[in-house]
Amino acid sequence: MTSPAPIAEPQETPRPEAAAVPALATDGVSHSYGPRRALMDVSFNVQPASFTALLGLNGAGKSTLFSLITRLFGIQTGRVSIFGHDISKSPGEALRLLGVVFQPRTLDLDLSLTQNLLYHAALHGISRREARARAAELLDRIGLSERAGSKVRDLSGGQMRRLEIARALLHRPRLLLLDEPTVGLDVKARADIISHVRQLVTEQGIGVLWATHLFDEIVAGDDLVVLHQGKVLAQGPVSRVITEAGAQDVNTAFMRLTGAQTMPGGGA
Amino acid sequence: MSSITTRDAPRGFSAGEYMTCLTGIVWREGLRFLHQRERFVSALVRPLVWLFIFAAGFRQVLGISIIPPYETYILYEVFIAPGLMAMIQLFNGMQSSLSMVYDREMGNMRTLLVSPLPRGFLLFCKLLAGTAVSLLQVYAFLLIAWFWDITPPPIGYLTVLPALILSGLMLGSLGMLISSGIKQLESFAGVMNFVIFPMFFASSALYPLWRVQEGSPYLYYLCEANPFTHAVELIRFALYGQINWISLAVVAGCTIVFMIGAIYAYDPSRGLARRGPAGGEG
Repeated sequence: MTSPAPIAEPQETPRPEAAAVPALATDGVSHSYGPRRALMDVSFNVQPASFTALLGLNGAGKSTLFSLITRLFGIQTGRVSIFGHDISKSPGEALRLLGVVFQPRTLDLDLSLTQNLLYHAALHGISRREARARAAELLDRIGLSERAGSKVRDLSGGQMRRLEIARALLHRPRLLLLDEPTVGLDVKARADIISHVRQLVTEQGIGVLWATHLFDEIVAGDDLVVLHQGKVLAQGPVSRVITEAGAQDVNTAFMRLTGAQTMPGGGA
Repeated sequence: MSSITTRDAPRGFSAGEYMTCLTGIVWREGLRFLHQRERFVSALVRPLVWLFIFAAGFRQVLGISIIPPYETYILYEVFIAPGLMAMIQLFNGMQSSLSMVYDREMGNMRTLLVSPLPRGFLLFCKLLAGTAVSLLQVYAFLLIAWFWDITPPPIGYLTVLPALILSGLMLGSLGMLISSGIKQLESFAGVMNFVIFPMFFASSALYPLWRVQEGSPYLYYLCEANPFTHAVELIRFALYGQINWISLAVVAGCTIVFMIGAIYAYDPSRGLARRGPAGGEG
């Protein structure tokens, strides 16, 4: 029943220029749901050790893009690769390097924090002993060690999100995707999560793709991809996107690019 | 930049990693089952109602002649016990797939499907986990039935195990195949009516097929073509230390067909992709 594990083919040894392999590369990705086109020719890269914000309103195609990158949907047109591994051709190698926090909660509410982490570790083939050590370490880092044995159901929204991020890091991915992770959280919990993820970028060199519709989650040093109605309108360092749009801040730049009159979903 | 940015060679997955994944999925399914005590109780009460009430009332109406694998005249309760064991597995298989529909809506299914291991293997693990849960239910039922004078030979408790695993896989993969085509929980209720009841009643679970043949030859052919009949017969013979080769072949064949169908349906480029955005899309 099992399709054979990808056979380790001889690979060319990493050359010096291999250092340029992006954490995530999407190349000409289009996707339709029947007649409705959700994504049109989307191409952008996420570099390792960078924080890339994917900015778009609700319905811009962010979740579709995430479903394609995580292989929940098959790719119709274009190419997605994670550290050079094509998601369609070698999904195992690509998914191994990828951690995801989906927008809807995906924890088992009736299981304990540790049990949730151990389940995820098993799905990545991490042995029980190793998984226990990593789970304890991660729970400690997100300040939930004391709750390790309680049911997830008893956690607050912010704590659940922190647990989901910890879970996404359990198999030590080098690319982390987060789909609007701060939705529904209070100000304090939001700030905690943002600073935690930014720390992962600077301290562990993880490449982060952070989907959001909240302008105030983006800071000057970030990379920015503006997605609107399924198309990439602008991309690059935040400062460049702002300058090219002839604006002073992300907010105005976004509205100039999209021609939006009002600003639904609001930022600061 | 350091080595962190270089592309490393694919290293595949070791047998140990596959095993860890399999045990992890079974362990999680078991934990979830233990947390749903009402599910366990209702899984037990359903066949027991049939056994205690239906069979008691019916035993006077329906005489059972000596048919293989039985060597003596038997009570009606003894006759329907294998059918009820298969019924437990039928309900469990459909409930597991109901939980997949629910999981998919709630997003838990995503956790499973973004595992780097091959998707076919993940779904197979999920099926085995569901089957393991059904074994717990069946053996609990057999224990209670023992006090009700349903006493197969002791070795039968062992020889029925492989039969139960196979029939559990068949019914589970059928459920999984059906679940892949269902969008919402509501439509699942319809499937219960259109799948579970016809399968159960048009089978040898409640009456021997020679009796059915006397009544209606067409119904008899329908029963013979019903994979559930063969699951029941496989279990019935195995419970008495015998093998019904035809049923074994039918159940094994159906398991393979249903499983391939389910894995095909959950392939990312088909199944899920047809259904439009999976939640979250505003």
